[in-house]
Amino acid sequence: MEATVTRTGTEGKTWGGGNQPLKVSYGKMMMWFFILSDALTFSGFLASYGFARYKFSNSWPIADEVFNHFPFLHGVDAPMYYVALMTFILIFSSVTMVLAVDAGHQMKRAKVTFYMLLTIVGGVIFLGSQAWEWKNFIQGTYGAIETRGGNVLQVVDDEGHRVALDEFVVALPTERVQHMRSNGLWFTDEPTLPRFTIEDVLLGFEANPNLHIRTQELTETGEKVVLSRQASLAKLENEGIGIIEGANLQKNEYGNPLFGDFFFFITGFHGFHVLTGVIINIIIFFNVLIGTYERRGHYEMVEKVGLYWHFVDLVWVFVFTFFYLV
Amino acid sequence: MAHDTTHAHESNSKRIWTVFIILSVITLVEVILGIIKPDFLMHTYFISLKLINWIFIVLTIWKAYYITWAFMHMEGETKGLRRSVVWTAGFLIVYLVFILLTEGDYVHEVIQRGQVAWDF
Repeated sequence: MEATVTRTGTEGKTWGGGNQPLKVSYGKMMMWFFILSDALTFSGFLASYGFARYKFSNSWPIADEVFNHFPFLHGVDAPMYYVALMTFILIFSSVTMVLAVDAGHQMKRAKVTFYMLLTIVGGVIFLGSQAWEWKNFIQGTYGAIETRGGNVLQVVDDEGHRVALDEFVVALPTERVQHMRSNGLWFTDEPTLPRFTIEDVLLGFEANPNLHIRTQELTETGEKVVLSRQASLAKLENEGIGIIEGANLQKNEYGNPLFGDFFFFITGFHGFHVLTGVIINIIIFFNVLIGTYERRGHYEMVEKVGLYWHFVDLVWVFVFTFFYLV
Repeated sequence: MAHDTTHAHESNSKRIWTVFIILSVITLVEVILGIIKPDFLMHTYFISLKLINWIFIVLTIWKAYYITWAFMHMEGETKGLRRSVVWTAGFLIVYLVFILLTEGDYVHEVIQRGQVAWDF
């Protein structure tokens, strides 16, 4: 044996091979570098969000008015609470994850199992919360009027409170039917027709003298500009072309379409990470259950998936700041 | 335990819970500030950013530090690994953010100059 080994003269030196200069295993080091590259992807997304936000800084939606729902509190203005709860859930599942890693170091299989299970539950609750948040965002609350220039006009009353389209608009009978493949051109169709036409909105608006139009423009103090009654009517008549309810990738009732695009894309990409994290956690959880790591003699796999899970939490901390706080 | 470990690790759980409390308190402060929005912080600007946003960003980076150092155990890694991960990300992100935000602000000014009608 001894005779076949080639001597290089660098044995025992740091980079001479056969040792770990960074004192971590290959798998763990690669997990770190994967996380690094993923972190750069997310910072690319968030930086481009920052670009769009600076570009449209005087017409960007105010997050408090967009995300103000809380389960079982209908019609109550509850900005921030729900997303704060989501943040706590994710931080807590990070804690249980690190406790699982800690228990793994001490080779305590039962504890690792328990904490991994808690982590998975936390991740699933977070995913559900995010789905609920998306649902609210997509459905919308008040509805808005679209202008020819692609901006949105929102309706407020004398005190500046938002008024939903439902509260003052009545849909008049119309001849217009939805264009489907079965009743029109066979090779194309159109999405569901909006519930109200611009004419309905105009009639309702004229009949309620306490209504005003709020534009997307921000004042010096960071509030949206509310037009006088006269100006509101003129704006509606000259510029309104239809209504928008909820949000999709083309337009949204909250304001600048890019806001919706970035929201869907960044929270969606993060949610996808949470989903993969949960799936990997489940796999590792079953490996712990059947004793794979007990036989292997160490719980390093738990540590590696833990790194990924903490990274997901780390990204959420930034998403939370830049979408909901700033 | 059926298995005997050769090197016993002592539990870090005290530190973990301490970090959890710190992270929770920071988040709570952020949420409360975000709900109250003190007038002074909303209307004072520092390097073209509201003071409140500076506070949010600093608190966020502080949280990120705790997550990376304590939960991801970066504090226990070698200097080489720590720097190759943290410095690489740090420098690139600072550069990217500086370039994109400056450019975004410039484009904003161009739009404001009114060569293009955006509200019609």
